[in-house]
Amino acid sequence: MKRAMTAAAAACILATGFAGTGVSASPVAPGDVVFEDGAVAASLTGMPGDPVAGAEIYAEKSVGNCVSCHAVSTLPDVQFPGNIGPALDGAADRYSEAQLRGIVTNAKMTFDGSMMPSFYKVTGFIRPGIGFTSKPIAPEDITPLLTPEQIEDVVAFLMTLKEQ
Amino acid sequence: MKFWAYTALAGALAIAHAPLASAEMAEDELVINDDIEIVTKAPAPAHLGAFDEIYSGWLFRSEDTRDVQRDDFDNPGMLGVESAMEAWDSVEGTAGKACSDCHGALEDGQMVGVRAVYPKWNENAGEVWTLEQTINTCRTERMGAEAWGLNSKDMTNMSALMSYESRGIPMNVAIDGPAQETWEKGKEIYYTRYGQLELACSNCHEDHYGDWIRADHLSQGQTNAFPSYRLKDAALVSIQNRFKGCIRDTRGVPFDIGSPEFTALELYVASRGNGLSVEGPSVRN
Ligand code: HEC
Ligand code: HEC
Ligand code: HEC
Repeated sequence: MKRAMTAAAAACILATGFAGTGVSASPVAPGDVVFEDGAVAASLTGMPGDPVAGAEIYAEKSVGNCVSCHAVSTLPDVQFPGNIGPALDGAADRYSEAQLRGIVTNAKMTFDGSMMPSFYKVTGFIRPGIGFTSKPIAPEDITPLLTPEQIEDVVAFLMTLKEQ
Repeated sequence: MKFWAYTALAGALAIAHAPLASAEMAEDELVINDDIEIVTKAPAPAHLGAFDEIYSGWLFRSEDTRDVQRDDFDNPGMLGVESAMEAWDSVEGTAGKACSDCHGALEDGQMVGVRAVYPKWNENAGEVWTLEQTINTCRTERMGAEAWGLNSKDMTNMSALMSYESRGIPMNVAIDGPAQETWEKGKEIYYTRYGQLELACSNCHEDHYGDWIRADHLSQGQTNAFPSYRLKDAALVSIQNRFKGCIRDTRGVPFDIGSPEFTALELYVASRGNGLSVEGPSVRN
């Protein structure tokens, strides 16, 4: 049904994206991301991400800080991973690339009411602050937690998490 | 975490999901100075649907940290208590009075049990007051002294003395009658997801107590043990200052200490701990 169509559409977009002219379109704005059953088919940048950079973003406290809630055995150097969310080993076996992109972009579109932060969203917050300063931020100044490039890098990293 | 559930449903419609908290914590008992028995586990108060048992944050700390709280000689928070004992007997302000002039010597025990019922409805003011607000009213209106900052060292020390006087007595704040409206407001704040990380108190302290957020072992976020001496800060921390830190960590803007919002939240959180012993000054990492 719908899922099959989504997958087909994803394949299509990826094919044209990767084999295309090399001219990268400007990144999709946070408000313009199209979710289908929680998944996001097309790369937010129109380009594939870098899994090595993605692993750093994943582990770095000041950037993705995914480690505060997730463990993954392929990054044994990361100390004290949290266990709020599931271990991410085998994530790429469980989810398609489009689904993983959807989860990293806005996990609440996949898991209703998820505790996982929405990493590519700029509206709808209650009492948002400037980082961890406790100072209020003007709505128009809010930038997403991760840039489109960083989202794609993290997605590329997650795609390396295969066990099968 | 049971992630088989998501695996099975992956790709389906958005999944309503409420993780079961696993109560991973110490099996331990707290008897302070081999004398004062502290209730660290109690049946949840009737208003709390979320879980059956409530736990002191002490059970979620490491053995080393737990040990520091077993004996007042080891507990650095006791320095604050001692300093407040001096303040208790010190004359201050235009009325020429000390706390003890009206409330008696500490040994008289007039303050025993007071901490356990705060925040509390104040009939004259027509609002719920924290212990700190009550103390300040004695200073400004009865002593003719200057108000202490609600988060100042003097105030936190005095607050620690009030906890010390009630140590071992179960928390029992009233949530009905005139306090109910404030309590409801506090409850709403407890479940509101603040900041750019969109996290509510409940996300961490209700859904995930016992779990680890990076190196932090999440407790139920109870207030029975305040003020608590934080080894990291080498200082006594007040309840509302802890709230501030928790909201700041959501990339959010906390309410002010002493604001109606934080007083309401303090009442609500205290009521979630009704049944646990007053434990302050506690020791936390
Ligand atoms: C505050 C905690 C938190 C943070 C931070 C967080 N997540 Fe999550 N994540 C969760 C939770 C909880 C789930 C489980 C889904 C649900 O029920 O909400 C989850 C689910 C996932 C899943 C699906 C896993 C599966 O097997 O079902 C992936 C993939 C994921 N997160 C990736 C990430 C990445 C990448 C980051 C960093 C950019 C991140 N998460 C940051 C809490 C978090
Ligand atoms: C001039 C007399 C006076 C002085 C001095 C005084 N108080 Fe009070 N205090 C009162 C009265 C009167 C009340 C209200 C008692 C009541 O309503 O039950 C009160 C109430 C309190 C309460 C709340 C008790 C309860 O059961 O709810 C606390 C706590 C308190 N005072 C602490 C202090 C501290 C600490 C000091 C010194 C910094 C102090 N007071 C100085 C007269 C005084
Ligand atoms: C991102 C997760 C998170 C959120 C959201 C959060 N806290 Fe906390 N809180 C912590 C951590 C971590 C600690 C220290 C370890 C512990 O006791 O849980 C803590 C400690 C506490 C404590 C001290 C408990 C003790 O026994 O020492 C209280 C009280 C508390 N939080 C209340 C709150 C309230 C009220 C809110 C909502 C305004 C809140 N927290 C939101 C993570 C969080």
